[in-house]
Amino acid sequence: MWEYTDKVREHFLNPRNVGEVEQPDGVAEVGSIACGDALKLSFKLDENKRIKEAKFKTFGCASAIASSSALTEMIKGMTLEEAAQVSNKDIAGYLGGLPDEKMHCSVMGKEALEKAIENYSGSPAKEPGERIICECFGVTDRDIERAIRDNNLSTVEDVTNYTKAGGGCGNCQEAIQDIIDRVRAEARPAGVPKLTNIQKIRKIEEALEKEIRPSLKHDGGDIELVDVIGNRVIVATRGACATCKASGITLKHFVEAKLRDLVSPDLNIEEVVP
Amino acid sequence: MNMKTVYLDNNATTRVAPEVLEAMLPYFSELYGNPSSMHSFGGQVAQKIREAREQVAALIGASPEEIIFTSCGTESDNAAIRSALATQPEKRHIVTSRVEHPAIKSLCLNLAGQGYRFTELAVEKNGILDLEQLVKSLTPDTAVISLMWANNETGVIFPVEEAAEIARERGIPFHTDAVQAVGKLPIDMKKNAIDMLSLSGHKLHAPKGIGSLYVRKGTRFSPFLIGGHQERGRRGGTENTPSIVGLGKACELAGRHLAMENTTVRRLRDKLETALLSHIPKSRVNGDTEQRLPNTSNISFEFIEGEGILLMMNEYGICASSGSACTSGSLQPSHVLRAMGVPFTMAHGSIRFSLSVYNTEEEIDFVIQKLPAIIERLRGMSPYWTSVSQACETE
Repeated sequence: MWEYTDKVREHFLNPRNVGEVEQPDGVAEVGSIACGDALKLSFKLDENKRIKEAKFKTFGCASAIASSSALTEMIKGMTLEEAAQVSNKDIAGYLGGLPDEKMHCSVMGKEALEKAIENYSGSPAKEPGERIICECFGVTDRDIERAIRDNNLSTVEDVTNYTKAGGGCGNCQEAIQDIIDRVRAEARPAGVPKLTNIQKIRKIEEALEKEIRPSLKHDGGDIELVDVIGNRVIVATRGACATCKASGITLKHFVEAKLRDLVSPDLNIEEVVP
Repeated sequence: MNMKTVYLDNNATTRVAPEVLEAMLPYFSELYGNPSSMHSFGGQVAQKIREAREQVAALIGASPEEIIFTSCGTESDNAAIRSALATQPEKRHIVTSRVEHPAIKSLCLNLAGQGYRFTELAVEKNGILDLEQLVKSLTPDTAVISLMWANNETGVIFPVEEAAEIARERGIPFHTDAVQAVGKLPIDMKKNAIDMLSLSGHKLHAPKGIGSLYVRKGTRFSPFLIGGHQERGRRGGTENTPSIVGLGKACELAGRHLAMENTTVRRLRDKLETALLSHIPKSRVNGDTEQRLPNTSNISFEFIEGEGILLMMNEYGICASSGSACTSGSLQPSHVLRAMGVPFTMAHGSIRFSLSVYNTEEEIDFVIQKLPAIIERLRGMSPYWTSVSQACETE
């Protein structure tokens, strides 16, 4: 069974804003029945050009329904400029997080929002040059690039969790890896000031304290920074993490990803051998 | 809130029967001896294992020496296939079906990476296997045929006894994964040509972690777990005595309950199925309704997704499972439904109900009462349902 947060469960069992707005200003439909989830989003603006009403209809699992419900709640009262800034991470965050394998539900929300805004403003739905990478789920290179950038993804598995690309026949996995390599190379601008070792350690400690420990402690675990050698971050796991077989996955997918996001994209995490 | 559990997921696992638990308990406490020991303290445990072996054999019409205790159905499947390959090293071809349990399916994929070839026989729309296809798939290189007796998702029964005849005529060892069939269908190994058969304890009210492999007398066998002389050298490892005793007791009970599976359980299953199909539009049964286990019903509710149905049923304590992509942990719906060509609109909204002798009429009535509203609620959120219902209104 998936480990959904109480907020996901609550939004699934009591979804807000189900239906279709009458005479909408913007409307969009993303996904398909073959893909296993689909979302129809519609909204109406008030006289100040703020979103007065937003409604959804969703075919999909509990997290798809909860993400749609969350999205409609979040964008109400926003201007379209503000709404355009809502990311899939924000949707997942509003729900207290989604399981990795379900992140694509939040991405579907973001896509529907973007297309509905495009539908209102009349700008082209597809950028020229956009190309389908995953034939099974109809995912384009632009979708994949954005998911990588917005969520700091580093593996093909991550991309599949967030966009579904590569989750069908698997033929496009190599192409996805190429996109990851390209985007991650671009994401390292030369202009970023190099941190001194002390600055780096401080930032790592700060990220651990504020962003990482609370989640681990929630599951009865903890983490300790042992050393930083260049870009190698050496840590020791404590509490439940120390005996958890999945802690390697947590370190790689959660701790390392967070540190790369918050401190430096070049960091590599290593666990000290007990 | 003290909610009652309505457990309709017995193809996933079953409750341990109270009689089974009771039979097991002494073997966790005072009767902890090793059955291989030379003292009578261990010897009394060996005696009990002999009894359990007889009980398992009796359920399927086998001789006790044809029964090997294993740790689970998956181990039995692995042991059977690998034994057939090990004893015929010159042969490299396996024949199986597209709808097998992962214990066979993933094993074949794994073996394919080690130089073996395998053919997966297709099934018809109703999940039935065409034996002509089997005949055509066989080659002089075929080392083993493995076909499940009954499908875990749809309950559809394969003609394994006829298939085993075809195999015997050609001298090819025949294995069946009968994990879902044992205890639900009458099985008599004296009257068929099946060489190896896997069964699993936790599907018939024994605990998890115990299974058995039947190996017909005279079948060449090469052990999968190599170690001590246990199981007459066919499966190393100290016997899991409490669970073996439990499996024996469970098989004895299953023998007594077999008639009930085909009367009480079948009637409740049919009642549930008929009521749901009549109360809920755009729903249909997946798999043949005749050639089917008496306890299983796989129903698709079109235009909605199975996970949502399961979670809403969960709010009422109703347990079932789904062939939807979201619940399978992959992004595609069940390989069984896809092999049957079930359309995506149906496959994503499939729910499997699987009953046991412990289910009651009240429980079935409760599900019949709750489910239509759940389906309607989810369809009310589905963008596809709107257009369908509008189209129906204008008809």
